[in-house]
Amino acid sequence: MSLKLKALTKSIWVYHMSTGSCNNCDIEILDLLTPRFDVERFGITLVGSIRHADAILVTGALNLKTIPRIKNIYDQAPKPCFVIAIGACACGQGIFAKGPNTPEPVDSILPVDAYIPGCPPKPEAMIAAIVKLIEKLRGKK
Amino acid sequence: MADKIIPIGPYHPLQEEPEFFRLHVDGEKVVDIDIEIGYNHRAIEKISESKSYDQVTFLVERICGICSTSHPFAYTNAIDDLLGIEVPERALYIRTIIGELERIHSHLLWLGLAGHFLGYNTVWMWAWRYREPVLDIFERISGNRNHYAMFKPGGARRDLDEADFPWIKKTLKSLIPKFDMFKGAVIDDPVIRARTEGVGVLTKQDVYDYACVGPTARASGFVMDVRKDDPYAAYDKVEWKVITQQGGDVFAKAVVRILELYESVNIILQCLDKIPKGPIDINIKDMPAGEGIGRHEAPRGEVFHYIMSDGGNSPARHKVRAPSFVNIASNKKAVIGETISDATIILAAVDPCYCCTERMAVVDHKTGKKVFDGQDLVRLSQEKTEKLRRKYNR
Repeated sequence: MSLKLKALTKSIWVYHMSTGSCNNCDIEILDLLTPRFDVERFGITLVGSIRHADAILVTGALNLKTIPRIKNIYDQAPKPCFVIAIGACACGQGIFAKGPNTPEPVDSILPVDAYIPGCPPKPEAMIAAIVKLIEKLRGKK
Repeated sequence: MADKIIPIGPYHPLQEEPEFFRLHVDGEKVVDIDIEIGYNHRAIEKISESKSYDQVTFLVERICGICSTSHPFAYTNAIDDLLGIEVPERALYIRTIIGELERIHSHLLWLGLAGHFLGYNTVWMWAWRYREPVLDIFERISGNRNHYAMFKPGGARRDLDEADFPWIKKTLKSLIPKFDMFKGAVIDDPVIRARTEGVGVLTKQDVYDYACVGPTARASGFVMDVRKDDPYAAYDKVEWKVITQQGGDVFAKAVVRILELYESVNIILQCLDKIPKGPIDINIKDMPAGEGIGRHEAPRGEVFHYIMSDGGNSPARHKVRAPSFVNIASNKKAVIGETISDATIILAAVDPCYCCTERMAVVDHKTGKKVFDGQDLVRLSQEKTEKLRRKYNR
């Protein structure tokens, strides 16, 4: 394992991007930081700036007003930067698939590395997804 | 005077949905504020016109994840009003129990975030930790921690299991000492009082002018609660009181929310005792043409739904008015004249979907140079608390 990969997967710093979600996925992400789940044990923490992030957590169905903004944010991210789509809306637009203001899914705009379905996904599911992402990056199975 | 602007947002929330506040500042003082919303627009009212009445219940649940009972509650009230039907009594109790459980988790969530903005991260962690038992109850009842899908036009979608009641009661009663702890932490702590008392005051007249609802109005002395004024579900069958405070400041809003936690537990315990046996829904055969309105007192204030039916399979028009829509506008009154370090907590005090603290930046209008960014503003707020803490020797 290269030093860069080891450093990257040792502690993933995540940046949270709500693209017009209903807040539930966002609340469950914050819930991960609070005492019951406490993902900081694993070196995962939320950061305030995209320039410090290793992964972006995208929630919500993209709408016309947020699409140019998330493109802009992704361009500012230092690469490699992984994109994790959280929730039914981000994975496949969910109930908003035919909405007039929600034209495309997240993966037609950003390269998504992991999908976490659920409305909202349980915090345990999010932790499992991060573990799987790390395993994939390290080349196991 | 050079016009200096703090853009808050629009996007990249630390939590919750994107909104955009533009604070015009003169030194430390906030002199004006512009509010821009629409980053979360998903055309729900339009999508609603293409779904069947049953499906719309799931759609309106996804308007807001924190009050994901409030919208179905108001929507099903509107449908029941349109049809002019009597909902079975057991379903009314189930609706009330779910609505009040949601109020507990929503107020605890707000309390945690308010603590975070003030620099009391312990309050954040505690409040969210004691929110988990409420989510456990939801998971036991509905199978999901959020988005419970317990409502349907003409009744409730799932029944409550009598075998769970002792456990639910025990869990709720175990929360009361924790609420006492929060009450002590907010009311008795001189630092929190100094940070919140007299800050962001909304007078009774301001509340009237901006048509504020919910805890924001009740903290300014308005006795206003849809559950009492226009009883629905089982709210007129149980004993409880409307909590009001006179201050109108951030402190009063916090006190209203904390005292409402006790009332909610009280309502749920009474409902669990009184809930009658029987059917939980009635079969709706067809939808006549007509109009219906439904209201519900959400954790943030009154939610209003209007449904117009043309006799077809889906609503011809569906109008939603959420409480934050009116409450956010009152920030214009509350925040002007206050300092930047108090702006975060004032904007958070009406419990909007306030998310953008992390993205705050003070920009010099002339040079375009960044003076402070979001991290700095939270830091400023937390440093002020730290100073007061030393002053009071806490």
